[in-house]
Amino acid sequence: MTDAAVVPKKRMSPRKRAALVRYVQYALLLLLVLFIILIADWGEIRRAFLDLDIAGAQFPNVIVIALKNTIIYTACGFAFGLALGLVLALMRLSSVGPYRWISTGIIELFRGLPALVVFLVLGLGYSLAFGKQLPGGNLGTVTLALGLVGGAYMAETIRAGIQAVPKGQYEAARTLGMTHTRAMVTIVLPQAFRVILPPLTNELILLTKDSSLVYILGLSLDEYELTAFGREAMNANANLTPMVTIALCYLLITVPLSIVVRRMEAKSGKAR
Amino acid sequence: MTETTVNVDRGAAAIDVQNLHKYFGDNEVLKGIDFHIGRGEVVCVVGPSGSGKSTLLRCVNMLEQPTSGTILVEGDEITDPDADVDALRARIGMVFQSFNLFPHMTVLRNLTVAQEKVLKRGRAESVEIARANLEKVGLSDKADAYPAHLSGGQQQRVAIARALSMNPDMMLFDEPTSALDPELVGDVLAVMKSLAAEGMTMMVVTHEMGFAREVADKVVFMDGGVIVEEGAPADVLGNPQHERTQAFLSRVL
Repeated sequence: MTDAAVVPKKRMSPRKRAALVRYVQYALLLLLVLFIILIADWGEIRRAFLDLDIAGAQFPNVIVIALKNTIIYTACGFAFGLALGLVLALMRLSSVGPYRWISTGIIELFRGLPALVVFLVLGLGYSLAFGKQLPGGNLGTVTLALGLVGGAYMAETIRAGIQAVPKGQYEAARTLGMTHTRAMVTIVLPQAFRVILPPLTNELILLTKDSSLVYILGLSLDEYELTAFGREAMNANANLTPMVTIALCYLLITVPLSIVVRRMEAKSGKAR
Repeated sequence: MTETTVNVDRGAAAIDVQNLHKYFGDNEVLKGIDFHIGRGEVVCVVGPSGSGKSTLLRCVNMLEQPTSGTILVEGDEITDPDADVDALRARIGMVFQSFNLFPHMTVLRNLTVAQEKVLKRGRAESVEIARANLEKVGLSDKADAYPAHLSGGQQQRVAIARALSMNPDMMLFDEPTSALDPELVGDVLAVMKSLAAEGMTMMVVTHEMGFAREVADKVVFMDGGVIVEEGAPADVLGNPQHERTQAFLSRVL
């Protein structure tokens, strides 16, 4: 048998088969999109989700009150959480046993509880039990609650970052006469934070979303953040457009942060 | 300091180690070491890996806590619980096998940071001293580079310059050339030789027998946590008395 006779009988080459599979996938997707376009009631969808009059009516309050408050709550919670996380991480690495136990306990507790439970206990529970709010009112409560939840996660991230710095760095700093604290502040922590900047930014994104839980505290109008604002407007208009509006506002915060994280990861990947 | 101070103050002890024991758990790594380095002396510590020589070196500046025994550095007892170990360490330069430059700082900053934070020198003075030491190790042009952009040999020379910038009384070298490519070893040894010629007190844990033979005033051979033999390089390396020294040298030479 000659080669020429064999080839036509053989099955498709792997490359050709892969191309065929790809075409089939494109065709399926196209069919699906066509199907949805044909079946959907566009007028109804537009009325329910994209009513421009209702969307327009949300401005400027959705920005100057709701978005602003979301950013304030998140920033306060993150700042407190970062400080708390750093303290918990250093306590976990301490040579003093009780510090390690306390910090492990706090971390496990607040990582294990749903954020909603923390908000319920600190907000409603505290005022029910003691007849008054936490200092700082709703802002104080949300700072504490988000800080505890975020701090517990960040503590483990920071601890891992510190341990990722080679021991020789600390030793070199100590042999130059630096104290333990000086060596940590000047040599170890800056290197640790470089490594953990991407996961910390991810934590910021998570806290942005968790800040919506503040609604259970019962907010006054000027304390509304995005979710409470959207919910109120949705109820008032019996329409989903406000939710689309606030969803876009959330993405306005989180997408740039995601891009920053990806940039940092690409950069640190290159540096290594 | 002039270039001919090599023999000045020979009798005074820079490092005096008395009956030093060190355990890691149940493992006795140092079994009663008595050890002495005079001012301006260059002492090379050699021996098989696991012999305890690096541990001995790291005990001198208390990177390892001795289990028992006394260590005097320039007459100050660093093993005293009341000793200001940080202040004493600032007077003892140390060079590591793995360089341990600070990767988030430029070369110049590596040399100035401890001068400013520990010795409280001003910025201008620190920079001046740093540049002088970079010049000494032949790397003036690398002041603004980051350590990652330097070769291993260059990094180790920067590490030496960093230690020198503290104006230490003595220098400890922990296998300074063991992590280097063979062609880069020479530059580092050359810097160390010039340091020795200036009269710097040096304790060098090394596998470079050529360096020990040429530069050391004294060679110490350690094995199994004890000092087996010590003396002039020509004696210890050229005419070893102990079987263990002979066996080791026949393997490395």
